[in-house]
Amino acid sequence: MSSQEIAFVIVAVAGTIGAFRVVTARNVVHAALYLVVTLSSTGVVYLLLAAEFVAWVQILIYVGAIVILFLFGLMLTKAPIGREALDNQRRGVAFLVGLAVFGGLFYLLQDAFPWTASDVEPVQGSASSIGTSIFADFVLPFEAVSFLLLAALIGAVVLSRKDDAP
Amino acid sequence: MVAAILLQGEEAAEHVAAAPNWFVENAWLVVLLPMISAALTLFVGKRTPGKGSVYGIAAVGASLILSLGVLWQFVQNGGATYESSVDWFQIGPLHMEVGQLVDGLTAVMMIVVTAVSLAVHVYSIGYMHGDQRFTWFFVVLSLFTAAMLNVVIANNLFQLLVGWEIMGVCSYLLIGHWWEEHVNSSSAIKAFITTRIGDVPFMFGIFVLVAATGFETTNIREIGELVAGGELAVGLVSISALLLFGGTIGKSAQFPLHVWLPDAMAGPTPVSALIHAATMVAAGVYLVGRLFEIFVHAEAYVLQVVGVVGGITMLGAGLLGLVQDDIKRVLAYSTVSQLGYMVAIMSIGPIGRDAAFFHLFTHAFFKALLFLGSGSVIHACHTNNMSEMGGLRKPMPVTFWTFLIGAGALAGIPPLAGFWSKDELLVGASEGHEVLFVVMVLTAVVTAFYTTRMVMQTFFGAYRGHGHPHESPLSMTGPLVALATATLFVGWLGAGPVGAAFFDWVFFEEPEAVHLVAWVATLSIGVALLGVIAGFAVYRRWRDRDPIRSLGPVYTLLENKYYLDDIYWKGIIRPIRDPIAAAVYWFDQNVLDGVVNGAAGVTKGSAKVVNAFDQKVIDGAVNGSANLAGFTGGLLRYIQSGNVQRYAAFLFAGVVVLAIIFTRI
Amino acid sequence: MIRLPLVLTFSAVLFSTGVYGVLARRNAVLVLMSIELMLNAVNINLVAFSQHLQQVTGQVFALFVIAVAAAEVGIGLAIVILIYRNRETINVDEVNLLKW
Repeated sequence: MSSQEIAFVIVAVAGTIGAFRVVTARNVVHAALYLVVTLSSTGVVYLLLAAEFVAWVQILIYVGAIVILFLFGLMLTKAPIGREALDNQRRGVAFLVGLAVFGGLFYLLQDAFPWTASDVEPVQGSASSIGTSIFADFVLPFEAVSFLLLAALIGAVVLSRKDDAP
Repeated sequence: MVAAILLQGEEAAEHVAAAPNWFVENAWLVVLLPMISAALTLFVGKRTPGKGSVYGIAAVGASLILSLGVLWQFVQNGGATYESSVDWFQIGPLHMEVGQLVDGLTAVMMIVVTAVSLAVHVYSIGYMHGDQRFTWFFVVLSLFTAAMLNVVIANNLFQLLVGWEIMGVCSYLLIGHWWEEHVNSSSAIKAFITTRIGDVPFMFGIFVLVAATGFETTNIREIGELVAGGELAVGLVSISALLLFGGTIGKSAQFPLHVWLPDAMAGPTPVSALIHAATMVAAGVYLVGRLFEIFVHAEAYVLQVVGVVGGITMLGAGLLGLVQDDIKRVLAYSTVSQLGYMVAIMSIGPIGRDAAFFHLFTHAFFKALLFLGSGSVIHACHTNNMSEMGGLRKPMPVTFWTFLIGAGALAGIPPLAGFWSKDELLVGASEGHEVLFVVMVLTAVVTAFYTTRMVMQTFFGAYRGHGHPHESPLSMTGPLVALATATLFVGWLGAGPVGAAFFDWVFFEEPEAVHLVAWVATLSIGVALLGVIAGFAVYRRWRDRDPIRSLGPVYTLLENKYYLDDIYWKGIIRPIRDPIAAAVYWFDQNVLDGVVNGAAGVTKGSAKVVNAFDQKVIDGAVNGSANLAGFTGGLLRYIQSGNVQRYAAFLFAGVVVLAIIFTRI
Repeated sequence: MIRLPLVLTFSAVLFSTGVYGVLARRNAVLVLMSIELMLNAVNINLVAFSQHLQQVTGQVFALFVIAVAAAEVGIGLAIVILIYRNRETINVDEVNLLKW
């Protein structure tokens, strides 16, 4: 196990704990904060995987914007606090399903991909390379995503507008 | 083989009719005219002036003239037989034809039928005057005449059978003409049923005969030739002859089926004169004579049976005529007796056949005369019983003298017709048939006796009734005179001394030579006079207690008609009718109605079952499937919980399952 | 280099946790958070594969996923606020009108 892997394992464990706490926290704000932990660890994982641009975008967008959005949403909806208030009756079934999903995924991946290390040079995920790839091969999806964001923006504004009688 | 003979026969018929003339060729018109008049009278009779009698009289009169023409031409052609026919239809090899067989016998019979029928038609105008069913009476009279003429002219057995049956029906209709009285209707039924009992063997005789020819022919001449040629099995021929004779026993009122004729006197007197004296009852005798070929070539016992039956009938009926009070019944039994004469004499062979026909010929005239005369008397006295008559010769002279002529003929007094014909009978029997001869002689005595008794009781002595008898109108006395004249003269047609022309006309295979045998003639005159004188002596004065009663137990036996009617009723009819009627009734009520009701019940029950099935099973299935759909829907709808997380749970679980499946397979 | 299965395992863990959260949490906002977890797991997968396959396409896709996730969260929260406004609650168990 190389040093990168050890670092990775540590970060992964942190992220996993964060994820568990997200889904089991009794306090919604705690859940949001644990989400921050998980998202950050994901960003670090990206860095470890030599995807710099994605890592920073992750931190920027997820931790910087989306979590803020969540907190605003929690605030505006006055979420209750407490186990009975936050988890529903189907915890058992949900746990089983989650376990089944994990089991299935794990089985598939360990069956499909080798555990041996491979010494290959990782691709540098720098901004320039990603930018080149987007604007050379994926212009159309890029534009479509722009539209999507525009639609989301307008939609959010429309949806949350108070219906005042004229 | 049979076909070859038939072909020969057809060619022979062509050659035999050497020079056919109009009357002979169109002899069938004689049958057609009364049929047309019957239809005309039926449809337009009531509106015709005279209420329809004119059609019948015109038709029968014309037929009489045609019949005379036929006879004249027949004689002119040297006695050649003429036959012609029309094919009606065909069943296999069997041709059903409608045709005419015209020989001397046909001509003579046609003359008899049309003459007597004409007399009766004219007589009925007066006798049935004012009757509510006057027109219908004439319809049936004409129809009957047509049927009898059809029998006489028929050239094949089935045509003969058709005419035979129609005559039976007409007899029934006419006897029951005044059916409002129960006696009349039951007499009509008795007549019809009894003759039917004779008709059944008759039909079977025809069937056997036709079958014996191999179903090739029903033609009388062809059958005769086959029989004469020995082509048919003798046993079958004998059986068919006996069966055919059964028809004669029924129709001609021979023992033991004679019981219907005296009761048939319930019908109007013209009917008795026409049907039960001259024509229909003679049809049985005609049948045997026409089919004589068969009887001659059958085994000997057949003719012996014929003779025995005839003998019993003639003497038995004659004795019964002694004890009757009803004048028509005397004449009825006399008819039966005379028919017995005819049947019996046929049994001796060809000579007997010719003699029988001669007697039939003369008997028709004088018996019809006697009946019409009695009708005149009855009309005047309003009663049939001789005990309420008497001394009628002064108020009714025409009736008296004509009746006397008829009575003399019946008794056999020369030179009246009856003498000549009876003499022929006795001559025939005298040669070799002693028993028959003796019976005939005895019957002749009895005949003369009861005839005289009848005349004395009716016309002599003092009037014992309560009315005012007077002579009948011309429409009634005219026919009486005509028939009396005929009686005086027709006898000479068969008289030996003057040529016996009759026997040139009516013969079997070849004309017989007829001669007067002195001792037979003397004997017949003697016994006739014996009977007359005895009757005169006994009945000169009226005695309240009929002298015949002094016969004691014999009288009782005769009075009860040998108890035959009782035997038939109690021994045959009641035991058959009652249990059978009860059984049939039970069958009808329980079995037939049971079947019908059962079918209805089954239908109802099956309808109930089907209904229940429909209600419970089919509707149940339909409703049940609807309920099932509703039920499962009711269960399945809980899947739609509205809870998105539940849906998501299923989704993820399903994805895992599918992933495993798709990667494993 | 980090071995691929390790990364994928981490991703699977995150994904399963996200699934559990989606199914078990009552608060709609927490459900949205769990969905974000799932999306992140997918992103990790994409990036890991992009390294494994020596291509940058995976990272490009990860970017797109992030963008879509952001849009989705925006809209999702707007809807949650709308529900809160109408029903005074964002308990997903109580938003079940579309039921039998």
